[in-house]
Amino acid sequence: MKITRDQVIRVAELAHLELSEAELDVYSRQLDNILAYIEKLNQLDTSQVEPMAQVFSGDGAEENASARADEAIRCDVADAVLSIAPDPSRPYFRVPKVIDREERGRENDREERSRENDK
Amino acid sequence: MTATWTIPSIRSALQQKKLSARELTKDYFARIAVRNKELNAFLALSPEQAFAQADRVDSMIARGEPLPPLAGVPVAIKDVISTAGIPTTCGSRILENYLPPYDATAISRLHAAGAITLGKTNCDEFAMGSSTENSAYGPVRNPVALDRVPGGSSGGSAAAVAAGLAVAALGTDTGGSIRQPGALCGIPAMMGTYGRVSRYGLIAFASSLDRIGPFATTVQDVASVLAVIAGRDAADSTSVAVPVPDYSADLDRSVRGLRIGIPREYFAEGMDPVVRQKVEAGIKLLESLGCLPVEIRMPHTDYAIATYYIVATAEASSNLARYDGVRYGLRVPGATLLDMYKKTRGRGFGPEVKRRIMLGTYALSSGYYDAYYLKAQKVRTLIARDFTQAFQKVDAIVTPTSPSPAFRLGEKTDDPLQMYLADIYTVTGSLAGVPGISVPCGKSPEGLPVGLQIFGSYFEESRVLQLAHAFEKAGGFSIA
Repeated sequence: MKITRDQVIRVAELAHLELSEAELDVYSRQLDNILAYIEKLNQLDTSQVEPMAQVFSGDGAEENASARADEAIRCDVADAVLSIAPDPSRPYFRVPKVIDREERGRENDREERSRENDK
Repeated sequence: MTATWTIPSIRSALQQKKLSARELTKDYFARIAVRNKELNAFLALSPEQAFAQADRVDSMIARGEPLPPLAGVPVAIKDVISTAGIPTTCGSRILENYLPPYDATAISRLHAAGAITLGKTNCDEFAMGSSTENSAYGPVRNPVALDRVPGGSSGGSAAAVAAGLAVAALGTDTGGSIRQPGALCGIPAMMGTYGRVSRYGLIAFASSLDRIGPFATTVQDVASVLAVIAGRDAADSTSVAVPVPDYSADLDRSVRGLRIGIPREYFAEGMDPVVRQKVEAGIKLLESLGCLPVEIRMPHTDYAIATYYIVATAEASSNLARYDGVRYGLRVPGATLLDMYKKTRGRGFGPEVKRRIMLGTYALSSGYYDAYYLKAQKVRTLIARDFTQAFQKVDAIVTPTSPSPAFRLGEKTDDPLQMYLADIYTVTGSLAGVPGISVPCGKSPEGLPVGLQIFGSYFEESRVLQLAHAFEKAGGFSIA
C-alpha cells in the first residue's frame, strides 16, 4: 500500500478540502492505484539528471525574462474586481472572523506543533 | 444554409459582398440553436458582442478598408480562457457565476484580427480530463457518433468545429487536450511550442505545460488562427520573443526529402489495430510525397504518463489554491475562515479536480517532495532529451494521436488511470514543450475518426504545418 487512509485525511487537510467519508474511501483506493503506477519512475536512475521545472530555463531564458522598465501604470480595476466578489465591503473582501483573541494563543501553539511535525 | 465555410471562403464572400458578417454570424447562431441541445458543446453564447463585432467588420467593408486576417470568422472559445464580461466557468461549479473583468491576450488578438467570438465551449473541469465527462455542466457528445465522447479536455471546442457550429475554435492543451479531441472528432488541432501563445488570461491548470491553440477544419485555417494569437506578450513572462513567421505563406513548401522519425515506442502494445493500420497508411502516404521515414528510439516514452501526472497535479494543487471563496466564484459559508475554505472547495470542485489536487498536494508534501515531484522533474528532463536527440536525426516525428478512436460515454469514468492512459502519445510532447498537430487520418469501419500526430522541434511550427498541409492535400484526411 502506497498511501493510507490517515495520510489521505492529512492531505485533504493540507489542501483545504472537506471530504465525505465516502470520498475518503474512494480517493484512498484510487490514489493508491495511481501512486503504484507512478512507482515505475523508480526504474530510472536519475542521480545525474537535472530537474526540469520550465521548458526554457537554460541559455536564452534570461534574455526573454529581461525585466521591463519599472514604470507605474494606472490600474483602476478595484471596482470591477470587487463587483464580482462574493461578499465585498469596499475596499475590502469580507470573510468570517479568522480568530478571536483568546483563540490566538492556542492556535499559535497548534501551528507550532504542526510545523514541528512537518520537519 | 449549412455551407462549410473556411477562413479564405469567408474572406472572399465578404469582399465580393455575397454575404455580410452579420448574416454569417446569424447563420452560426441558428446552427448552434439547432445542434447544441444534443451536443452540449457551448456553455454560454455572446450574441451581443458577436453582432457588434460583425457590424464593425461590415462597416469596414462598406468603407472599403483593408480587412484584417480573420475578418468575420466565427470562432468558439474554450471556457478556461477569460472573456471580459462573458461567463467563464472552467466547467466548474466553483466559477459558476464568474464574469472575468478582462480578456485573455489570445482573445484580444482574435478581436483585433476581426474574428467574431460566438461563445464559450464546454470542457473537462479546469481542463482536467480526456473525455469532457468531467464538466460540471454535463458531458459533450461527439458529433460524429453521439454515444461517444469527443475527447477532452477541449471537447466542446472540437465538437463545435466538427459539427460546423464554428469555423475555428480555441482550446488549451496541457497533456493532449487539443490534439486528442481533434483526433476523436476528426479535425486538425494544434499546439505551438510552449510559450508561442501568451497564457495571459488563460485560467491556470499546470503553468509549465498549459498552451492555447486552434481547432479548424483545414490546416490552412489552423495556420491562420495560430499566426494571429502567437507572439510575445509583456503580460506573460513565459511567452517567447521568437518572431512569428507567416505560417500560411509557407504552407505549400515541398516536403520532399524531409526525414520523419517513427518512434518504435509509440507503436508498441496497447494500440487499437485500426489506429495502427490508419497511421501506418498515413506514413506510407507521406513517404509517397517524398518524405523519408526513419525508425527512431525515444526510450523514456513509457514514463511520460507517470511523470505528467505528478508534474501537472503538483502545479494544479498550487494554482487551484486560489479558489477559496474570498475574492470571486462560489462561497459556501462556514463558521470560521478555514471552515469556509474547506466547504467552498469541497463542494465547488468536482471529483477529478479534487483527486488531482490531492495527488499534487501529496507529491509536494514534506517527506514526499523528493520521491515524487523532484523525481518527476528529472524524468521530464530525460523525456525532453528524447526529443532533442531525435531532432538531431529527423525533421519531424510522426505518431498516432490517441491509442483508440472515440470511446463510449461512461466507458472509462470509473477508472481514472485508464482515462489517463488515453493521453499516452500526447503527454510526451507536452512535457518536452515542442509543437504538435493532430490531423485526421481516415476512419474506422464504424466511421470513427483516427488522428495522426506530427511533432516538430522547438519553434518549427512552419514545418509541422507544411507536413500536415501536404498530408491533407494528398487526401490523408480520408485515407483508406
